[in-house]
Amino acid sequence: MTNAFLQVDHLKKEFPAPDGSTLTVFRDVSFEVEKGEFVCIIGHSGCGKSTILNVLAGLDEASGGNVIMNGKEIFGPSLERGVVFQNYSLLPWMSSLRNIMFGVRARWKNWSKAKVQQHSEEYLRLVGLDKAMHNKPSQLSGGMRQRVSIARAFATQPELLLLDEPFGALDALTRGVIQDELLKIWGETRQTVFMITHDVDEAILLSDRILLMSNGPEARVAESVKVDIPRPRTRTGMLDEPAYYRIRNHLIDFLINRSETSKPGDDGWPRVVDPAKDESMDNGAAKSPASATQARTTPSESAKASTL
Amino acid sequence: MMQSVKVRGTLLTLLFLVIFLGLWEMSINRPALLGAEELSEYEMMMGGAAQKSGVPAPSEVFAHAVRELSDPFYVAGSNDKGIGIQLGYSLSRVLIGFFMAVLVAIPIGFVIGMSPVMYRALNPFIQVLRPISPLAWMPLALFIIQDADSSAVFVIFICSIWPMLMNTAFGVAGVRSDWLNVARTHELGNIKTAFQVILPAAAPTILTGMRISIGIAWLVIVAAEMLVGGTGIGYYVWNEWNNLDLASVVFAILMIGLIGMLLDMSLGYAAKFVDYQE
Repeated sequence: MTNAFLQVDHLKKEFPAPDGSTLTVFRDVSFEVEKGEFVCIIGHSGCGKSTILNVLAGLDEASGGNVIMNGKEIFGPSLERGVVFQNYSLLPWMSSLRNIMFGVRARWKNWSKAKVQQHSEEYLRLVGLDKAMHNKPSQLSGGMRQRVSIARAFATQPELLLLDEPFGALDALTRGVIQDELLKIWGETRQTVFMITHDVDEAILLSDRILLMSNGPEARVAESVKVDIPRPRTRTGMLDEPAYYRIRNHLIDFLINRSETSKPGDDGWPRVVDPAKDESMDNGAAKSPASATQARTTPSESAKASTL
Repeated sequence: MMQSVKVRGTLLTLLFLVIFLGLWEMSINRPALLGAEELSEYEMMMGGAAQKSGVPAPSEVFAHAVRELSDPFYVAGSNDKGIGIQLGYSLSRVLIGFFMAVLVAIPIGFVIGMSPVMYRALNPFIQVLRPISPLAWMPLALFIIQDADSSAVFVIFICSIWPMLMNTAFGVAGVRSDWLNVARTHELGNIKTAFQVILPAAAPTILTGMRISIGIAWLVIVAAEMLVGGTGIGYYVWNEWNNLDLASVVFAILMIGLIGMLLDMSLGYAAKFVDYQE
């Protein structure tokens, strides 16, 4: 047993199928996240990514296995685990400031109102929304709403931040801007983040490590891909890194060719991969259909962020 | 020539009002002109007296309204009180019964909306009790409470409960699970979740229920007061009918409509404060 900050051990989720049998969405999902690490998880729809995140959040219960954070087993939701939902989940009858104050007040119950407000305003400023402080969510664009939602999650300073495809509903341009915001705020707080995404470029830009899930049912976390690219990263600066293309090719190759059959190592843990050092990935994609993606990946195109 | 919809609408309203009042006035006055030639059997039998019991012309009603409204709070005996006093009695009964119903219906609606078990447990009672005409409770209320005034309040209470109860339950059950998840991930307790998330989320639906309830309460109070008698606008209408003073009846009908409109408007105004856009 290691003593990593977050330990996910043989997690399993089953649903009763209509014919009376049980449908195993995923099983034997094991991985660890270190304190301060930014980890993304990628996998095709239906592999149970969101369920894993909901189990980590305490909003859903696993059918087997356990999750240990800071040496304690997770049971139910907690302020130690902040969640940013895909659909923002702001309370629409409150202004953006009040939405953040809602979280801050729940976190520090004995803070004075002035302190709660000052702390909340600080985080709104961090996502560049101090001017829209008194606007209700309905008066904000999708991107602005998600920034408020991110600010709320960071403002409560949870030990673990769970982001459920936070940029999935945004257009590519807005997504890029908010990815930068997220990098900035994460750079200042260095909180531990576990994030679901469908976007390979987004995962490489943001994370220290990317977990790859095989297809459901009976999905597993097959690989743990290191993202060995120095920080601070920028969306344009990434394009000059040979490592970026190697990692990208590896991820796309996995998602297109290997996600169906891929399995974790024999010990049940995801196989650790470090494509940044693997020079064969520069042209390795040529032997797979992923080469089509590789051939088309000119810098200007990858800036648009290909979404799988 | 470009007039706003508002202005044109108002002009049309005035036009329709003038046409309606004009037709009413003419239709009342015509029999009086022809009356001398063709008397119905009833009129011949009643002589001149029948004429007096006819429907009053709008001008008569207007003159009557001016008289009544210039001194709305007079008391000239137990059967002769100003329109303001009668409306005051009715309004106070409606408001007391309505707010008692608020105190009962909204908490129960919350429980039903939050707990599927309680919904199943209480639904049969609600489904049986809800379609009962509130006036059907009157004999039972009179027997048990032994007080006409409180019985009228009780009837208002019972008829106000259902729309608020159903709407509260519906609104509470329909609160988006995302918002409840926000409450859960922020470790809000049940009470705090109820007040800080569910109540504001369901408030527009609850207010709609309250608006329907107060409308029904105002409909029912007239009938209830006709039954229990003594005071109130319903009694006033019935009393004036017995006096064959139809100008007073028509005037009272108009006042009932006006007060009902004001009640509805005030709740509609209140609804604006809790409304939100998703």
